[in-house]
Amino acid sequence: MNAVQSVDSVALLPAYLAAGTAVLVLVIDLLLARPAATIVVAALGAVGTAVGSALVGAGAQRQTFCVGADCSWIFGGRAALVGVAVALLTLGVLGLSVPALRAGRSPVGEYCFLLACSMTGGVVLGAAGDLITLIVALETLTLPLYVLVGLRRGSLASAEAAVTFFVVSVVATTLTLLGAALLYAVTGGLHLDRLGTLLAERSELRELPLTTAAVALLLLGLAFKVAAVPFHAWAPATYDGAPLPVAAYLSTASKLGGLVALLAVVQRALPADQTGPVLALLAVLTMTVGNLVALRQRRTVRLLAWSSVAQAGYILAPLGALALAAGRTDEARSAAYAAAMAYAVFFVVLELAAFAAVTALRPVGADGGTLEDLRGAARRHPWRGAALGLALVGLAGLPPGLAGLFAKVTVVRSLLDGGAAWLALVVALNAVIGLAYYLRVTAALWAPPPLATPTSGGGAAAVPVVGVVAVVLAVTTVAAVVLGVAPQLVLDLAGR
Amino acid sequence: MTFGQVLLVAVLVVPALGAVAVAATPRDRAARLVGTVAAALTLLAAVPLVFGGRGWFAWSAGAPAVRPWHQVDLPWVPGLELRFHLGVDGISWPLVVLTALLTLLCCAYTMWRVPDGGSGRALVALLLVVEVGILGTFLALDLVLFFLFFEVVLLPMYAIIAGWGGADRRRAARKFALYTLFGSVLLLVGVYVVVAAAGTADVVALTGGGGLSRGTQLAAFTLLALAFAVKSPLWPLHSWLPDAHTQAPTVGSVVLAGVLLKMGTYGLIRVAVGVAPEGARWAAPVLGVLAVAAILVGSLVCLAQTEVKRLIAYSSVGHMGFVLLGVATLTATGIQAALIGNIAHGVITGLLFFLAGAVKDRTGTGTLAELSGLRETAPRLAGLLAFAAVASLGLPGLAGFWGEAFAVVAAVQVGGPLWTTLGVLAAVGGALTAAYFLRLLRQVTHGRPSPAVGRVGPGLAGAEVTAWAPLVLLALAIGLVPALVLGVAEAPVDALIAVVSP
Repeated sequence: MNAVQSVDSVALLPAYLAAGTAVLVLVIDLLLARPAATIVVAALGAVGTAVGSALVGAGAQRQTFCVGADCSWIFGGRAALVGVAVALLTLGVLGLSVPALRAGRSPVGEYCFLLACSMTGGVVLGAAGDLITLIVALETLTLPLYVLVGLRRGSLASAEAAVTFFVVSVVATTLTLLGAALLYAVTGGLHLDRLGTLLAERSELRELPLTTAAVALLLLGLAFKVAAVPFHAWAPATYDGAPLPVAAYLSTASKLGGLVALLAVVQRALPADQTGPVLALLAVLTMTVGNLVALRQRRTVRLLAWSSVAQAGYILAPLGALALAAGRTDEARSAAYAAAMAYAVFFVVLELAAFAAVTALRPVGADGGTLEDLRGAARRHPWRGAALGLALVGLAGLPPGLAGLFAKVTVVRSLLDGGAAWLALVVALNAVIGLAYYLRVTAALWAPPPLATPTSGGGAAAVPVVGVVAVVLAVTTVAAVVLGVAPQLVLDLAGR
Repeated sequence: MTFGQVLLVAVLVVPALGAVAVAATPRDRAARLVGTVAAALTLLAAVPLVFGGRGWFAWSAGAPAVRPWHQVDLPWVPGLELRFHLGVDGISWPLVVLTALLTLLCCAYTMWRVPDGGSGRALVALLLVVEVGILGTFLALDLVLFFLFFEVVLLPMYAIIAGWGGADRRRAARKFALYTLFGSVLLLVGVYVVVAAAGTADVVALTGGGGLSRGTQLAAFTLLALAFAVKSPLWPLHSWLPDAHTQAPTVGSVVLAGVLLKMGTYGLIRVAVGVAPEGARWAAPVLGVLAVAAILVGSLVCLAQTEVKRLIAYSSVGHMGFVLLGVATLTATGIQAALIGNIAHGVITGLLFFLAGAVKDRTGTGTLAELSGLRETAPRLAGLLAFAAVASLGLPGLAGFWGEAFAVVAAVQVGGPLWTTLGVLAAVGGALTAAYFLRLLRQVTHGRPSPAVGRVGPGLAGAEVTAWAPLVLLALAIGLVPALVLGVAEAPVDALIAVVSP
């Protein structure tokens, strides 16, 4: 037996690119100490990672670090999609951060380095083939965020948010690890596909109470990461305390990462008859609680945070179809996974557009503010206001935000194909609750400004927009519109 | 592409481009003019759809129950069974023309008067977007596309009510949006219940319920009927309507009452009954009872109304009850009554809302107690109001008569104790309709002029005459020659009934 593994470096190229970006950013920051150079290098690295992922993913599936038939690194269509998405989201968030970085609110080198590290975690996550790689990748994705959340100088809220996030997240990781360890104790395997085969073939393993406990712990630990109810309480406080671009990253890339991890274990490793009911319950609770609490929010970012909790529920909903036997046929299962992935892609585009628009409408370095601060914003800034309106309407799932509409349609369709009509109805009714608050924000954008208008320097003054933020906003909005007209692009990619 | 296909696409593309052009035109008045021209072109494209293409399906054996005169069928999103499949036939064409006409009249009216609240440019652009949604709903022959267009209408209409409406507009608009979305999400689930079971969303292939199991049909019909009941609206899901109609600006009320409600009844006929006939037969008695309840409740509530727009709004509940009763009978007579009732209600209630808006604009109040003696100061306006009210209460020879009379006839023809009773009760409701409209006329037009009415001048603006004259003429024409609507609808209704009630 050959002691030295042959390593397929082409398959690893995206990870090399992402990790290389992080290192390069650090070096450039040390050597040149020019903020602009650091940001440009980080941006180029993100672009390179996206291109690399797309190129590698365009070919056949590649795998490496194999023991027998089980591989720890599997770079296929899903991994490429995740890699491209995470890299582009990082690029977008970097663009949104430029004004705050330029104003000296956060140290540039550290900020870009941490963001690139987090991106590396996201890229590796998509290709992870065993539980250890998966959990380490997820932690690489999350760990830099504890610091990023707290990186706003002199902000108490920011520090509090960071500590909340840190504590909750560490507990979640512990649960996940414990679940993984128990699963190893039961089966002696760590590779996802091997676990899946073992648990499918040997029903006596499935019936062990220990297996049930392991599955539950693993799922719940990952549910923390996607902020699913009842493990959601950290999200609103953390989002609201974090700088706006970091909140955007948390609710898009980080959430996508959690979903990918969840999808990987549910699809490949765990028995569907055990995960299905748990996921269905999580989905129903998450969307309902998220929507109901969002109704009462008065702060913009908190509202977006709660709405993203609800959106996590919609993402999980297709997986809930696994609870029923009709949803566990091979065809229905792959449709459900594709639907969850497709919804997540539609969602991150719209969510990033919403955060970009809020950033563009707020003064440099400010937090999200209250809904009152956005009142009449679309009258002062028609284009930016319209972009925010489009993103919110899309999140609500209504035309003209067709991307969001098709996202909802995809979920409902996969649920009905899986025979889970009741869950489809829950999703549908939640969309109605969701509209109530999205509509409130959207209507406020066009509402006449309050009567007592401050004469000068007040909240209603025109806010100049920084070029980079405008570009990010324009690109994400165009992406949302294009996906709305041609949703088949996403459906094809998510189904691979 | 044939000429018919070009027209079919043009009917949707022209108002959509018109909306963009309106939004891009900087000067307000010029923008409104652009919008009016776009609406006029849309009407010009909609009318000739009636020519050509008819009958070439009819002789082939096993022809589908829906035989469009013209159709366009392009793939869009295969992963969601969504095709861009449009078609027009005798059931949809009258509604398409009515929509195009009413939008044109509303745009023209806006040239003359823009309600307070926002720019006339934005209002016209939104009206055109609403038109795209409504026309798309009537033309769609793909269930998913139908749902998509159904949703398109929601937010622009919300914006029209919330932006240009009366004092309590925000609450009314929100109620409208949430109720309507509640209906359309049920529609979404219903559509995919059908699609998941049948594997296609093509209305032509699905009409007749071929291949769907009884259970699927019952579930699908329940969901779809609930969705359309919210939109139509059917008692007891109607409570969004009075607020929305009362608070909306005049043009908003006209579009809402004139054509937006028809999306519900059209959907019931084309989608719910067509796709799930077994479900329709199963639910018909419930639908009939609710329809008659709507007629009676609507009429009784109208008798107690004190505000003119609110009264007209509630009268819509009653009128749509007649339409739904016609559909519920599942007979050729009943469906034809429903179709002509739809058109008549659109024309007459559109006119009534225009007139009520004119009265409110002139006197500054809509409270019946503060209005009287209109015929003394504004005889022409009072005369038109009397004409519209009399048409609405169903005087023979005017448009309102056919729909109501034949809905009752159809119910009695079905026979049996239940349907006979429903027919009799509906007829009583018709009498109540006469009672409240006559009460309205007595209070508003007769008597000594109240202070508010005393200020009103006798003249009518040219724009008002232009906007109202087509509706007056149509109310007369359809009343005298119902074949205008029934002639084109006869063949498709017979084909539908042949598969629905074999």
